[in-house]
This record gives sequence, structure tokens and C-alpha cells, in this order.
Amino acid sequence: MYQTNYHRASSLEEAAKLFKKGDDAKFVSGGQTLIPTMKQRLAAPTDLIDLRHIKGMSGIKVSGKKVAIGAATTHYDVSTNGKLAAVCPALAALASHIGDPAVRHMGTIGGSIANNDPAADYPAAMLALGATIVTNKREIEADKFFKGMFETALKDGEIITAVAFAAPTRAAYVKYPNPASRYAMCGVFVADHGKGDIRVAVTGAGNDGVFRHRAMEKALAGNFSADAIASIATSADDMLSDIHGDAAYRAHLVNVMARRAVAQAG
Amino acid sequence: MGMEGIGARVLRKEDQRFITGKGHYTDDFKMAGMHYAAFVRSPHAHAKIGKINKSAAEKMPGVVAVLDGKQLTGDGIGNLICGWMIHSKDGSPMNMGAWSALATEFVRYVGDGVAVVIADSPDNARTGAEAVEVDYKVLPHVTEAVVAMGSGAPQLHPEAKNNIIYDWEIGDKEAAEKAIAGSAHVTEMEIINNRLVPNPMEPRAALASYDSAQDHFTLYTTSQNPHVARLVLSAFYQVAPEHKLRVIAPDVGGGFGSKIYIYPEEIVCLWASKKTGVPVKWTSDRTEAFLADAHGRDHVTKARMGFDKDGRITGFSVDTVANLGAYMSLFSSSVPTYLYATLLSGQYNITNIHCNVRTVYTNTAPVDAYRGAGRPEATYLVERMMETAAREMGMDRAELRRKNFVTEFPHQTPVIMCYDAGDYGATLDAALKASDWAGFEKRKAAAARKGKLRGIGLSCYIEACGIAPSAAVGSLGAGVGLWESAEVRVNPVGTIEILTGSHSHGQGHETTFAQLVSERFGLPTDNVQIVHGDTDKVQFGMGTYGSRSGAVGMSAITKALDKVEAKAKKIAAHLLEADAGDIVIENGEVKVAGTDKKLGWHEVCLAAYTGHNLPAGMEPGLKEGAFYDPTNFTFPAGAYVCEVEVDPDTGKTEVVQFVAADDFGTIINPMIVEGQVHGGITQGIGQAMLEGAIYDGNGQLVTASYMDYCMPRADDVPSYQVSHHVTECPGNPLGMKGCGEAGAIGSPPALINAITDAIGNNNLTMPATPARVWAALNGK
Amino acid sequence: MTSKISMTVNGRQVEGSVEGRTLLVEFLREHLGLTGTHVGCDTSQCGACVVHVDGKAVKSCTLLAAAADGGDVVTIEGLADGTRLHPMQTAFKENHGLQCGFCTPGMIMSAVDLVNRHKSNGGGKLTEEKIRAELEGNICRCTGYHNIVKAIEAGAKAM
Repeated sequence: MYQTNYHRASSLEEAAKLFKKGDDAKFVSGGQTLIPTMKQRLAAPTDLIDLRHIKGMSGIKVSGKKVAIGAATTHYDVSTNGKLAAVCPALAALASHIGDPAVRHMGTIGGSIANNDPAADYPAAMLALGATIVTNKREIEADKFFKGMFETALKDGEIITAVAFAAPTRAAYVKYPNPASRYAMCGVFVADHGKGDIRVAVTGAGNDGVFRHRAMEKALAGNFSADAIASIATSADDMLSDIHGDAAYRAHLVNVMARRAVAQAG
Repeated sequence: MGMEGIGARVLRKEDQRFITGKGHYTDDFKMAGMHYAAFVRSPHAHAKIGKINKSAAEKMPGVVAVLDGKQLTGDGIGNLICGWMIHSKDGSPMNMGAWSALATEFVRYVGDGVAVVIADSPDNARTGAEAVEVDYKVLPHVTEAVVAMGSGAPQLHPEAKNNIIYDWEIGDKEAAEKAIAGSAHVTEMEIINNRLVPNPMEPRAALASYDSAQDHFTLYTTSQNPHVARLVLSAFYQVAPEHKLRVIAPDVGGGFGSKIYIYPEEIVCLWASKKTGVPVKWTSDRTEAFLADAHGRDHVTKARMGFDKDGRITGFSVDTVANLGAYMSLFSSSVPTYLYATLLSGQYNITNIHCNVRTVYTNTAPVDAYRGAGRPEATYLVERMMETAAREMGMDRAELRRKNFVTEFPHQTPVIMCYDAGDYGATLDAALKASDWAGFEKRKAAAARKGKLRGIGLSCYIEACGIAPSAAVGSLGAGVGLWESAEVRVNPVGTIEILTGSHSHGQGHETTFAQLVSERFGLPTDNVQIVHGDTDKVQFGMGTYGSRSGAVGMSAITKALDKVEAKAKKIAAHLLEADAGDIVIENGEVKVAGTDKKLGWHEVCLAAYTGHNLPAGMEPGLKEGAFYDPTNFTFPAGAYVCEVEVDPDTGKTEVVQFVAADDFGTIINPMIVEGQVHGGITQGIGQAMLEGAIYDGNGQLVTASYMDYCMPRADDVPSYQVSHHVTECPGNPLGMKGCGEAGAIGSPPALINAITDAIGNNNLTMPATPARVWAALNGK
Repeated sequence: MTSKISMTVNGRQVEGSVEGRTLLVEFLREHLGLTGTHVGCDTSQCGACVVHVDGKAVKSCTLLAAAADGGDVVTIEGLADGTRLHPMQTAFKENHGLQCGFCTPGMIMSAVDLVNRHKSNGGGKLTEEKIRAELEGNICRCTGYHNIVKAIEAGAKAM
């Protein structure tokens, strides 16, 4: 890896200040994507500002249906939080299948969302849950946050501090992992928010990152069953294609994973 | 025999250091003043090298030297060679192109080394390497063998017209064709054996130092055969004469063939250590390993097998094109010839076989032996053909095989090999029984109710191990003999050191070799130390590969133990005033049979060293050496049954049962043998449904990390049912056949036969990824 | 730029001066000479480098040494209690859960963490399926995992 300067921020203000001071600074949380990228010399920030030690950045608050998760909360903590599991088991289950146990101990929800890897799991959850991404500057609706592969609405120096959402009445996430990397080749998060408000978000498959599957949402609003979406095809034109599966295969997987998610959500 | 003799499940002596983090692998060693090497590697599949501008790199922090190929060849370092001469069928020798440890004029694959940077830290060396500016004139490239031999393909080496290295054949073409023409049924297939990357978990590494005061080199390296490394480094690459070079292969983290060869990096580190005056360490990262370790397999084969109306095989015709990559690696030429085509008779009685093999240069990493080496390719071909033939003829798959089994030994095949012993019916019966083959239809119906497609597949494999009789391999073109050496040093207190030319990198030799002593003298294995992997300690040896350390390495130890035992008996007879023929050694005691006269083993050993009272004319001491040259190959064989469930929605295959019934001859330690089978099967499952090295249209290796190269993980495979059925090998003193490669040889066809059975489509190429299985299911 | 860091490693307070880019695994291997922790890949997948930081398994190749400043680190060298092996170490030996030994330190550290988590999350039967799923981040090329799974089953019982 290239030279870099490591800083540990103890407050958001200090983090912002350090960011401004650096030539080409980057925020780091669990570092489970950024550090490997730096090791491969594909990223070379002059300064790394560690957000994990900022007070109030981690932890899960559940009050009624309202859920707030601090950005520095690890995947492991999300996967094992009893209160969260009680109101939104689908998200806890999703977190329990990100990476592997050691990665889950370090990786954070804020880091994953800020990176917006097209094969990451959390972006699908945020979209389907209609979550709000809270930053040190503002609140951003998930629908306006994810802007395509590795692109988000975050401005330079902006820090995600938490995500917040109202727990759906039922939800499930089912993914088909890439056999080699175990990232999602196709992951579908289905959430029923009641009164026909259904959200279906797909990660891993689309060639422009995570997306909402409107046709499926519409069909499920009338009839929340796997059968209702069985014949809804996804255009292969919008799908990724690589050595692990071509666009046609991924388009097919979207339907299979969506049906399984609906069935699992019950 | 004691509790720790032959056949005992003795726990491994080597484990203590590994489970406590005290192993010593090459990268763990440090030397005073040590610097680090980073290689400048070609980003192009094929290019002419222009000017190399080093000045920016030389000014980078910590950089002490930037060295290139012209300097290397200018210092007289020789080209890398392939040590097995193959002649084409027209009698001409193989067309070997030049391979310099650092490229001088052309780069021929992505990852080909162009220069090396030596710096004070690995990061600084890497940054320095990035600053080396190389002018490349990019040339057209070709990565597929079949394309490379076609007209108009880019040419890699002037020596090899149409990129063909040799066009070789074995067997009687006319007889095979005639037999097939007269057959009641002919099965015809095109079979691809996918390119694999061996991936031992320890990446390759080298630490070289030059002592100018002694004019002497030391090399720590990740090698399966340090003596062969020293020989080749001395005799061919002229790095240093043998007596001025010590090669140490300490703990080595797996090899699977890929650490047999002497690679450019070791040569460069040795050369650079003298040139710069500092010890030089290079440790491969995983992506470098993907790019520059020797790959395995990569065959395209067209084959026809004829049968008479009763299902007896009449003839077998095989035409194989093998991709050897950009350069000929050390033993590359032997893999698709004598390690492949000689096994095409399988377990079957086939009178007429003909096989033609063309090997081809392409702009890809060099290809050489990987676990099984040639034998997995042969087994996959034969067992896919047999399975397909049974389906086509509507015959029972097991019975078709049984009908054609060789049942009388010795059996001379038409492709060199003479099978010495085996009982193929016994392993087939055992596998069918253990897998409840008869109950499969019920399980298939149950799976169908869950929406899963269940399939079962069989494979009956044979391999040739214990490589090999030196005179025989010499006559076939090998540049070395394939014997093994051993020295047994008995200490005055009766403990024993065994020096062996075999090298353990996971096989557990420190335990199994000690068990031979336990068997012989009744001593605990704790009283035995195995010494290996250091050319200063062990005089010579050929190393470990080809499942040879039992059948060849242990035979050498056995021979040396014979000599030790004979001398010890003479000493004891003299001391006990008995006849040497009446002396027996058991449970650590040396006794006169039928009497109560005895001495402790340690007393006899001490007497040997005090020399106070030895038989007249006997030299003091108790130390014997032996070289063992095998009399034949050995022929491990067995039957594997694999059962799968395929999810028709995703194409994902789950291996739900895997049964292995093997005949390895005598087994020293069943625990270790089972472990070898488990690991081998997993690599075979990897080949069949997970792993494949893929070069894209630009000649870039797409699968250059674990993000894209699918390594088998714990949840990809089941637990295995393994059993052993022994027919002793008559060719060596212990009756051993070898067990290291069988799992990787027998398992791929069993798995593919199971998946194709499940999906009802025989047109499936390895690796049978979910996407491919789904496509096959949907006729795509 | 180098900075001073200090942490507890295998119960011992250690200090060092590291670059910002120094990884925890480099600090352990090169600065402290604890070469039991290995590096087997560049993409955080093989798990040969797994150590415990503040009681949790992490990949020391994917964590900066400076980020572990102040932490409590346990490596394979610190797992045994003096000469008394940890039950998981014993289980790996008794079940032939290792061959070349290179993945073994990370495998054992992950196995101990797996059992600890399983117990703290309610325990119950640790099934083969669960063990295999939990080993997603540890690659072994030698054993085919068969005996590793058996070793972890035995180790879990003994822990």
C-alpha cells in the first residue's frame, strides 16, 4: 500500500477538520473494503480518518416501529441485536450473511452504504425499507442516496452518522452469492410497509447498482405472493454480465430470489 | 510391531509447532540487512520490449537496485529449461523456446517478469517497481491452444512453428481405427479439461543470501524438492556450483505440484543477492501467484470409444491438444504424454488404444503438473466416456465397467503400463454398497418432492504413482533419475535420525516415516527425528510429488533400516555369543530367539559407538544409507460415487454424498491417508464445479484473486465416506502404492457424471458452475 | 509519517513505531516476530491472518496497526495457557485437522471465536452445517475441511 496518514477522530467536528486538512483524505470505518482496495493500490488516500471511535456513532435504538442504527455499528452487532430482530428480523438476517464472521466484526453499516458497492447487501435493505440516511449535514432519503455503482449523494467531507427507518410489517432478504467472492450476484429485499406500500430492491444484478423493481412492487401491492410475480421478467439489458453468470442468468435470478423473499416474508 | 507401527493411527508429531504458531515457513525467516524484491511484470499478453527506463525507480525511497534481463543474461545466468525430452512422432525433438528468468526481448504472458527492484521494504520495492518505465510494442496474442496452432495465429517462439512444441503419439493408430470401425457402438465426445491454479495456501517465497567471504549462497525457498532445485540452479542456470549453494526448504505450506519447479524468482533473488551484496527476500502475493505460478490441466480432447454388442471395449482413439502456456516449465512436457496417455486404458481391458497429443505455446502462464498431473485428465476422459457409453447403449453403468475390468495381473496395457496388482471389482462393490447405489431411485423421488433434481455418478480410476524406475523414465526422455535416498543415523543412546530426500509439505512424513522405525525396532516414534529439506544435511534426494514418498521414499528408508538391523544383529550376536540369525529385535530389545538372553536396543547402539567389543574387522558406528530405485510404477485404483442435488431454479449443485473406496496397497497411517483423500476429493470437486482459470480477450487473467477464482470452501463440500481395500503392491518392500493424488483424480468424473445424470443433459463443461448448469437445464 | 502505538498482545504490553500504512499483521510478524499469523491472500478472504482483537476474530491483514492502537490482541502464539494447549488446539491435533499447517493458526483462531459466539448467543447444538457456514472466511487447500469440521465439533465440546 502507498503511504498514508492515519488519524483517529473523537468527534464529528474533528473528523471534518482532519478531512479538510488532508490533501486527499478519506473516511474509514471498519475498512473491510477500503483497506483491501488500498492494498491493491487502487486507492491511495493521503489521510485516513477513522470514524469508529466517535461517540454516539454506533449502537441500535428501537422505539416502537422506529429504528435508528449508528453508522459505525458493525454487521455483527446488527445481526445479533435482539430488539432489532424483534421488529425487523430481515435486516438482522441480512447482516448475518455479509462477508464472513471476521469481516462482520469490523465492517459497519455506514461504511457499506457510503461505498455503495453494486454487490453489497445493505443498499438493497435501505431502499426497500425506505430508510433515511442521516449525515453530519442533512437527512437523505434512500431513494435519492444511491446514484449508481459506487456513487452516492454524499458530498465531499460528508459523514454518514446513522440510518433510520420504520420497521415494515413483513420483509425478507434472499441473496444468491457469487460462488467465488460470496458477494451478492443477486440479492432481493422485499418489504411490505402496509396499505399496499411494497418495496422491492435488487442488488448485485443490475449494471447500474442497486435498484427498485417497480413492476414487482406493483404486482405485490395487489397480491403479496410469490405467484404474483412469477411471470414478471427483468430485462437482461440492465443486468451485469461476467464470468460467473451472464445477464440472462442474473435476470432470471432476480425473479427466483424475489419469489423466495416474498415466500419467506410470509 | 509396537503401538505406533505400520497401520497405527499415530497422531502427527509435526502438529505441535503448527497449532501453536511455531512453524517456520520461508517468509518467517529474517537475515541481517535483508532487502526485498518486487518484480516488474508485463501487463501485456504479448509485446516486444523496447527501452527500459529505470532512473525514476532508482531514485525512489529505499530502492537500492533496479535490475533487468539484459544484466541477468550478461552475467551468464542461463535460461530456464524443461527437463523431460519428448520427441514428436516424426522423430524430431520437441521445439523448446528460450525462457530467460527476466525477459530480454519479448514478454509472452501477463505477469512475465521484466525487471526486479530491490528495496528496504516490501512496500518501497513495490512502489519502485511501479516507477520502472518499460516501452512495450504490443503484439497480437493468443491464449487458446486450439487457436494457437491454427493458421495466422501469433507466433510465440521461432523454434516452434505454429506454436506446436511436439506432435506425439502412443499406441497403434491403425489397429485402433480398425477396431472402432468394426464396433457395434461408438461413443464420441469432445472433452475439455479446465485450466486450474494450484493455490497452496502458502504463496511461494525465496530468501537468498550471498556470503562473499566464503563465495557461498544460501537459499530458503518454498520447494517440494530442494535438491532438484540446487541441481537445476547449478547445472543449468549457472547461478552457483552445487557445493557453493545450500538450498533449504523449511516448513512449506502445501505444494500440489506447483512448488516442484524452479521459477524465475528464485534465480533472480540469488543473482540479485550477489549483485547487491544484501540478502534478498521475495514473497509472492496471491495475485502474483495466480499470474506466475505454474497452472495445471488445460486440455481439449476429441475421443472415440468402440464397443462390441455385449459392451466390451474394442478400441479407443484419442486426440488431445494441451496448452503449455508461454514457456516450457520444468516437467511440463511429461504431463500430457507419459503421465496422461499411458493411463488411457483405465481399469479396463482395452486391446487397441491410440492417442495423439499436440502441445502448444500460448500467451498464458506456463502449465505443469498439478495434483494428479495427466492422470486426472486421463481418468476424466475415460470415465466420462464410459458413463456416456452406458447411457447411450442403455446398459447399467456399473455393470458396463465391471464387464471390462482387468481381472488378471500382471496386465500389460497397449500404452506402456504394466498393472501389477489390483482388485477393481472389490472397490466398485465397496463404493456401490457404501453409497446405497441400489436405493438411489427412492432418494431421487424424495428429492423431486422437494423440487430438487437428484443425480448419481460413478468413476473407476487408476493412476500410476511411485514415479519411477530411473532407467524406464530415462528411456522415455526424463533428464533425471527418480529414485530416492535415505540415511538412518542411530545415535549412541539408541535414538534415531532419518535423513530423507523426500520433502513433507503437509503429508506428515515426520510421523509416518518414524512409524517405520517403530515397526522395525519397537521404539516409540518420539525417539525418531526425521530430517529433510536441507541440502547441507541430506546428501541428495528427488523430493515429493507424484504420490512417491511412500512407495519410493519409504522404500529407501526400509533398505537403510535393513542394513542397520543387520549390523545391530551382528553386534548383539557377538555380545550375546549367539548366531546373528537367531537375533530378533522387538519392543526395543535385542534378544536371542528362544532364550532369555537379551540386551536393550540402547546397549547395542552404545556398543557400536564405544567400539570396545565389536566383531573382528567391524567398523564402529551405526549409520547406514540407501538409494532405492523403483522396479515399476505403482497403480493405486478405486471407485468413487458422488450424489448431488441440483436446484433447477438457480442451477446450484449440492454434493449430498461422496463415497470413496480406494486401494492404496499397504497403509502406514490410516488417519493421514484419509486426510489425503479428503483433500484430494475437495480439489477434484473444485475442478468439477468451482475452479477455472480464465483469460479474457485481452489476454488478461480474469481469475487472478479469490474474488473471481472460486476456491472450495467448507460449505461447498460435504463430509466424505472413505474406505480402503488393500491389494499389496508387489513392486516395493512395503507393498505401498501411494495416496496423495487419488482423490483429485477420481472425483471430477464422478461429480460431472452425477450432475449430468441429475439434469438429463450430458453436454456440460467443467467447472459446472450454477450458471452453466442452469443453462444446460434450459437448453441454452 | 510514523506514529507510536501500544497494545496488549498475548497478555503483554507492547509498543511500536509504525507507518500509517502498516497492517496489524505486519506489526505482529515484522515488529514483534510473531510469525504464527500468516498471509495467504490479498483480498481478505483466506483467513490465514485471523487474530482476536478485543475478544473478536478479525482479519489482521485488513486492519491497520494504528487502528488497533490500545486494543487487546491475541494471536495463535497466545492461545495456549503456558504449555497447556487450548482445547481447540488439542482438537485440531487429535482429529488431524491440519496438514501443511499454513491456514491452521487462522483456522483455530476462527474456530475459537465461532464457539465463543455460539455460546454467547444461546449455545445449543453446533451442527456441521453451522460450522461449515461459519468457516466461510477461512480457506484450507489441504484437508478438504472434513477433519477441520470434526476438530471444531470436538473442540466445542471441550471448551
